[in-house]
Amino acid sequence: MAETHSLQDLRQQATIASKVFIQRDYSSGTICKFQTKFPAELETRIDKQQFEETIQTLNNLYAEAEKLGGKSYLEGCLACLTAYTIFLCMETHYEKVLKKIAKYIQEQNEKVYAPLGLLLTDPIERGLRVVEITIFEDRSLGSR
Amino acid sequence: MYLKGENEPVRECQYNQICTRTSSPMETPHQKRRKVKRKWQVFPGRNKFYCNGRIMMAKQTGVFYLTMVLILVTSGLFFAFDCPFLASNLTPAIPAIGGVLFFFVMGMLLRASFSDPGVLPRATPDEAADIERQIDAANGPSGPGYRPPPRTREVVINGQTVKLKYCFTCKIFRPPRASHCSLCDNCVERFDHHCPWVGNCVGRRNYRFFYLFIVSLSFLTLFIFAFVITHVILRSNRTGFLSALKDSPASVLEVVVCFFSVWSIVGLSGFHTYLISSNQTTNEDIKGSWSRKRGKDNYNPYSYGNILTNCCSALCGPMPPSLIDRRGFVEPDTPQPVTHSNGTSVYSSNPVHSHVCDQDQCIQSTKFVLQAAATPLLHSQPQVILTGAGAPTLPEGKLSLGGPCTSVGPGQPSLPSSIPSLTCAGELLALRDTDAHCRHHHFISPEETPSPPAHPPPPIPCAAHAAHVHPAQLYDPASQDSLHEDSVRGLVKLSSV
Repeated sequence: MAETHSLQDLRQQATIASKVFIQRDYSSGTICKFQTKFPAELETRIDKQQFEETIQTLNNLYAEAEKLGGKSYLEGCLACLTAYTIFLCMETHYEKVLKKIAKYIQEQNEKVYAPLGLLLTDPIERGLRVVEITIFEDRSLGSR
Repeated sequence: MYLKGENEPVRECQYNQICTRTSSPMETPHQKRRKVKRKWQVFPGRNKFYCNGRIMMAKQTGVFYLTMVLILVTSGLFFAFDCPFLASNLTPAIPAIGGVLFFFVMGMLLRASFSDPGVLPRATPDEAADIERQIDAANGPSGPGYRPPPRTREVVINGQTVKLKYCFTCKIFRPPRASHCSLCDNCVERFDHHCPWVGNCVGRRNYRFFYLFIVSLSFLTLFIFAFVITHVILRSNRTGFLSALKDSPASVLEVVVCFFSVWSIVGLSGFHTYLISSNQTTNEDIKGSWSRKRGKDNYNPYSYGNILTNCCSALCGPMPPSLIDRRGFVEPDTPQPVTHSNGTSVYSSNPVHSHVCDQDQCIQSTKFVLQAAATPLLHSQPQVILTGAGAPTLPEGKLSLGGPCTSVGPGQPSLPSSIPSLTCAGELLALRDTDAHCRHHHFISPEETPSPPAHPPPPIPCAAHAAHVHPAQLYDPASQDSLHEDSVRGLVKLSSV
């Protein structure tokens, strides 16, 4: 089986074999949602179930960030009344969720993806356009 | 010898940056290698950034200043000339309410003007390549001279088929409702329109500020109009109409300004109220994207169905974050896509040469240099930077250039391909550091007149400096200030090419 890598090892030493980009899914409108279709390049690397679970969790988190409801309206109205100066002191709801997402991705990378020689890039670093999955060379299996 | 790279290829050109603030005449290359730029300094769009990336505006801001002047002058005159009378004769609530309205208007205007409208960052090289592969696979192979048909993707949103267009400049498939602003050269999410009065695009992130600005401005205009008229009437009851006008001449100006602006501003507010309630953008309305005239089954898939939800989502919805991370640091090993407005891309630097000439900087600095060269030299005294006679790094001649002028967006029209080789064939360029504490590196030599290529140089930013180095002369820190003025018109030596 593939040699397990730690996240740091990957970032520092491994060479990149290729990158897979999970595009946005606009079928529900302009909300941030990624396609859950399993890309062919990952078939040999990771479980389909695991992958879908990761993407689905991300989608749920983004949906939470963009949710329209009492809480977000309250925040919006309060911000408007204070002429948006309130955001100098506190974070927006969206920013709080983005931090949650960053933590989730970090955790997924450490526990699931790095041992398989993969690395997820936080979509916010790609302008919320794609989920970039970097596939690292698996040296333990020689030429693959 | 001050430069090594006279006859070497572009990517090996090397520069020395002179620091006038430190005690040593030059920073070591180790320090230079670690110096990183912020992302706004390498931003490919045509935007201006201020306050180290915190403020973002369009390139043309003249009309914005006009808006500011009109509002400030009219309100100022109102508070100075009409309010004392009204406060004493009617109620002091009038200037109080006026004051609150005024601050709200200014706050919303500045917020709309200075924030990121929702710019989509351009695709990284890997992403762009991946999309190209997918498109080629879909379209099939084509000959080298054949331009493939416009790339579109279709997606069904809420029962409506929406076409996603490919943006050749940004190399992405635009999300629905996004559009590319040709003035700012950016794709903007939920693009409404580019507003010259506000000096920025109006998009997803600043639409609510724009709307609140025009609504509050309508109230302010009507407020001032009404109370100035009241003031004049009350005065005329006492002293007669003509003497009332003579006592308060500012009122006439205020009435004129308010009268002419109220029609357009109130009209615009009404129009945008309609757009918000039907959850459309100006762009979609003008194109008639969701109009019944296109087909009886045509409807707006983004509308929530009722007016209240539409309004709330546009005005009180969650505030999306800025996707371009203006103040983040550029990773030194990451190749930055340098995209020219004609759609081609040049990728600068690779990890091996990341510490030497940044091709992007070469290209930009060349433009400043050429522009400077096109203007006459004022300063007759040759004052140059010593690139470090005796400094240990001189033989290497390495330099990483400081960022371009704070007020200039790095996105510039394309240059002829010969320019980079001119730039890096031995001329030394210095650009103003983006920090407020400028470190000026000036190289001026009057004796060598450049022959700039026949390419119209872009408008020079106010603080861009271009210069030439002469190894024999020392930089005089005492005359740094005068150099600052004159360096804009510095000369460039284009060494043998």
